[in-house]
Amino acid sequence: MSDQELLAQIRALKLENEALKVRLSNTPLPPSPNPLSLEEYNRYGRQMIVDMPSPIESGLPAQLKLKSAKILIIGAGGLGSPALLYLAGAGVGTIGIVDNDIVDTSNLHRQIIHDSHRVNMLKCESAKLSIQNLNPNVNVVTYPTRLTHSNAFEIFEGYDLILDCTDTPLTRYLISDVAVKLGITVVSGSGVGTEAQLTILNFMNMGPCYRCFFPVPPPPTSVASCSEGGVIGPCIGVMGVMMAVEAIKFIVGAYTVENFEPYLVLYSGFPGTSSGQSMRTFKMRRRQKNCACCSNEPSITKESIESGSINYELFCGSRNYNVCQADERISVHEFDSAFSPRDTERAVKENLIMLDVRPNHHYNISHLPDTVNIPLKVLKNMNGSMELLQEVIPTVNTESEVIVLCRYGNDSQLATRLLKDEFKIGNVKDVKGGFFKYIDELDTTIPKY
Amino acid sequence: MVKVKVEFLGGLDVIFNKERVHKVEVPQEDPVTLKDLLDYIIDNMIANKNDVPVFIENDTVRPGIITLINDTDWELEGELEYELQDGDIISFTSTLHGG
Repeated sequence: MSDQELLAQIRALKLENEALKVRLSNTPLPPSPNPLSLEEYNRYGRQMIVDMPSPIESGLPAQLKLKSAKILIIGAGGLGSPALLYLAGAGVGTIGIVDNDIVDTSNLHRQIIHDSHRVNMLKCESAKLSIQNLNPNVNVVTYPTRLTHSNAFEIFEGYDLILDCTDTPLTRYLISDVAVKLGITVVSGSGVGTEAQLTILNFMNMGPCYRCFFPVPPPPTSVASCSEGGVIGPCIGVMGVMMAVEAIKFIVGAYTVENFEPYLVLYSGFPGTSSGQSMRTFKMRRRQKNCACCSNEPSITKESIESGSINYELFCGSRNYNVCQADERISVHEFDSAFSPRDTERAVKENLIMLDVRPNHHYNISHLPDTVNIPLKVLKNMNGSMELLQEVIPTVNTESEVIVLCRYGNDSQLATRLLKDEFKIGNVKDVKGGFFKYIDELDTTIPKY
Repeated sequence: MVKVKVEFLGGLDVIFNKERVHKVEVPQEDPVTLKDLLDYIIDNMIANKNDVPVFIENDTVRPGIITLINDTDWELEGELEYELQDGDIISFTSTLHGG
């Protein structure tokens, strides 16, 4: 066939296609005799044939409940990733996703709803794409915004259930408070390292809320994040999966006002030196009569939350790292030009000590040459004893020049204070932004974790 | 004297030589309360005194740590006044916040 003949044929087919499309759109589809499409029966068949003890719904009624359910997932991270995928797979009709963060390579070992091609994409949009690939029947609503006291009510309204997959005490209090005021049940998960926890809050507006369990927030210094404390992907993932189980149970009526008992699950993937894995379920307190949020006379109200008079930042507090004066800090460029980390000779001659205060297992991943590693915690425990410090750095004395480095430039400030105030070393400088800033701006060949 | 098992979970083991489970004998005449056990832990089990505030605040367990008596929230068992029985399992777990 010649090119011209081919083009003519394509034009003819296009016309025919258009005509067929018009005819199809004019013919109304016959009303389906079934409440689900045939594709949906096929897709959900394996879960629909699981027999449940009464009064838990199973089969078609359960599937229809899932289809009409609206579930809001806050945080599309280590917990949210598996929870979102399983809930989408199970056929939850509407899934809302709140997350204003973007996908980073360091998320991918655990945040499995995202992938390497989606780095720098908004997590909620990346999650939406994965869900649409998995199950196009799901209606996904994305909220690429940080959850705050002023937008939470608007976002939560209309959802049947909330999954708290966030990572700070502040958002956990906020989510619980707003859910209590709106009467929405919260499935709450968390985890760090090799351990994870799960509980149900404000169940049917009669179960305990986050404030019943934790009327006083933990001191900010005791709160570890995944980026700080590290996390084994499947250890947090297992809890995201369990959150999806609890969400399905809630929707199909496995929990009732009569049978609900407050609980907290603790999962330990690596339970110390003992073998195996450990999954414990603890019996927890009921709703507290004096709770600031869910009692009969709460001090926390919708108005006080929305107006901002409940100050979550102040309530939860924050760590104060800004303990050094401007002249006690140097930039990574000043550090590099004045104290080149590779100028060993000068270092010895001038009694210059470059101290890296990261935890030992961080230091072992990567570090600058000619640095000494004393973790901040170890330094603290020396209680200002120069003798103990000299056991690690024999050349150090109060006349030494010490440059302090950590991962991001926070702990190094605390260490600078200790060295000056407790060890009485006069000339101590903190490197602003730390080792990672040095890598970013001066030597990108050094591994960053 | 009472013999109990004490567990430090959710990362709390870091201040107990990274040991999660400890067999503890509180050498004291009955009744031994949970408050007595806390005193015993502070005096005998926290290796580094700088770490006491990780576990204790205002003479009780620090906010953010859940205390369990035989897998039940201590709030349901009388908290500090609970009288220990031989064989009890007392668990302390930090709340986790990461996600």
